[in-house]
Amino acid sequence: MDTLLDPLSYAFFQKGLIVATISGALLGFIGVYIVLRGMSYIGHGLSHAIFGGYAAMQLFAAQLYVLGAGLWGVASALAITNVARRSRLGADAAIGVVTTASFALGVALFARFGSSGPAFDNALFGSILGITNAQIFWLLVVTAFTGIVVFTRYRALMFTTFDPEVANVSGVRTGRTEALLMVMLSLAILVTLTVIGVTLVAAMLVIPAVIARMLTDSFAKMLVLSTVVGSFAGLVGMYASYFAEVPSGAMIVLVGAVIFIIVLAATGARGLRRSAGLDSHTETPARQGVR
Amino acid sequence: MPSTLSDSTARVAHVSSPLISLRSVDAGYRNSTVLHDVTLSVSRDSFTGIVGPSGAGKTTLLRLLLGSMKPQRGVIDRAARLPVSYVPQLETVDWNFPATVSECVLMSRAARRVPWASRAERGEVAAVLDRLGIGDLGERHIRELSGGQQQRMFLARALIRKPQLLLLDEPTSGVDISTRHAVLHLLADLHADGMGIVLTTHDLNGIAAHLPHLVCVNKHIVAEGTPEEVITPDVLEETFGAQMEVLQHLGMLVVVDPGGPRRMVS
Repeated sequence: MDTLLDPLSYAFFQKGLIVATISGALLGFIGVYIVLRGMSYIGHGLSHAIFGGYAAMQLFAAQLYVLGAGLWGVASALAITNVARRSRLGADAAIGVVTTASFALGVALFARFGSSGPAFDNALFGSILGITNAQIFWLLVVTAFTGIVVFTRYRALMFTTFDPEVANVSGVRTGRTEALLMVMLSLAILVTLTVIGVTLVAAMLVIPAVIARMLTDSFAKMLVLSTVVGSFAGLVGMYASYFAEVPSGAMIVLVGAVIFIIVLAATGARGLRRSAGLDSHTETPARQGVR
Repeated sequence: MPSTLSDSTARVAHVSSPLISLRSVDAGYRNSTVLHDVTLSVSRDSFTGIVGPSGAGKTTLLRLLLGSMKPQRGVIDRAARLPVSYVPQLETVDWNFPATVSECVLMSRAARRVPWASRAERGEVAAVLDRLGIGDLGERHIRELSGGQQQRMFLARALIRKPQLLLLDEPTSGVDISTRHAVLHLLADLHADGMGIVLTTHDLNGIAAHLPHLVCVNKHIVAEGTPEEVITPDVLEETFGAQMEVLQHLGMLVVVDPGGPRRMVS
């Protein structure tokens, strides 16, 4: 028992535990919208895009990294949405160009001006070391912001996710709602980046939401379940990372994957049927436009 | 059925001014133009079927009326703050989406700032579902509905907005004959209550022949008028690009495709 409580005596671990739990909850919560819209690839791409801004701010103005990388992330998200919507370039191609270029810029900046030491590795795979009170503060701010937006725009977000064309003609400003979703996603990735890591954030957007979908047919319950699963994975994963001595992001994702396997085994065909099509990158006919 | 639709139309006074008017409109997607030189008016008196083959521009015309698409050329006049509801094709929707029938209907009330339904909203949802004959399905997942029930759920979602104009894209596509009859009767009742209705269809015998007003479309408006005026071999050939015969049977128009498959008789 003492061994289990041992890590809690360290302040850095206490902070890490808080951040990991809230990060898991936040990514699980917003992941519901990302998964149901078939936008898992955007979460993956955006985390890489934000790495460019993160690298630049770490090297030149580390104390302003939330602001700088946040603006970078939001700009990337809006650029992806805009390019995919207005040009003939498909969403996949737009993400491929915007996000990998930004990721490459981050790698180049670290290689040219910094080192490929802890900062680089931490950004890629997550770390509980060096979590500051400011990071916890910004995580709480973004979590509260996301919660308030989803609470007050619940039906509009749900309608836009389910049937954007009809939502649009029913008075929902779908363009603005989608942009809001992108902003929330960017900010969520940004404030969870240091614990989960660039390469693993996308997994925590997807895994809790897919697990929740396998367990329920209700949208509201899916939001709650995904949040609970995400926070549980964050909590247990962070704890396990201490004992296993592996990066926190990897352990959190592994815990999520184990929960997925357990739920898959428990729900069987029913769970698979519910989650069918969630991994599709192809847009539904409603989003493609039918003539 | 035809007498019911005619009766419902007769009960509506033909005095309404146009809700939406299209004048010399061209429309399409990016660099291609799907519809050319369309002039059309829709009012609360309208109970109109837009008829044409696949790719003729029926859905594009519906989108112009909806306001979800801007014309490449021409003018669209629309009544100020016009409440319009839209019922999409069933096959364009992800039926695996985690939502119950009631949740889906309440999506139309997207302006509400809290997630849960008010007591008044719950009453409205129950009333509209009852009217459409699916009052006991409110808590059922949308995937578990039959085609006819899915269509009624979309109608409920449209009606809860109390529209003056209801637009439907292939409302009877993929449903059985009895459901098709039920949907048509329901639309006739709504029209009798003073709601303008415009729907697209390529079903000439099952739908179009029973409507009071038709618009035949194939990249442009080929003809417009009552079924007796537009369901003619010449208009149908120009609209569908195939020769068809038009017969009278018990006072009904019946379109026969002589080029269609025949049963082999030895």
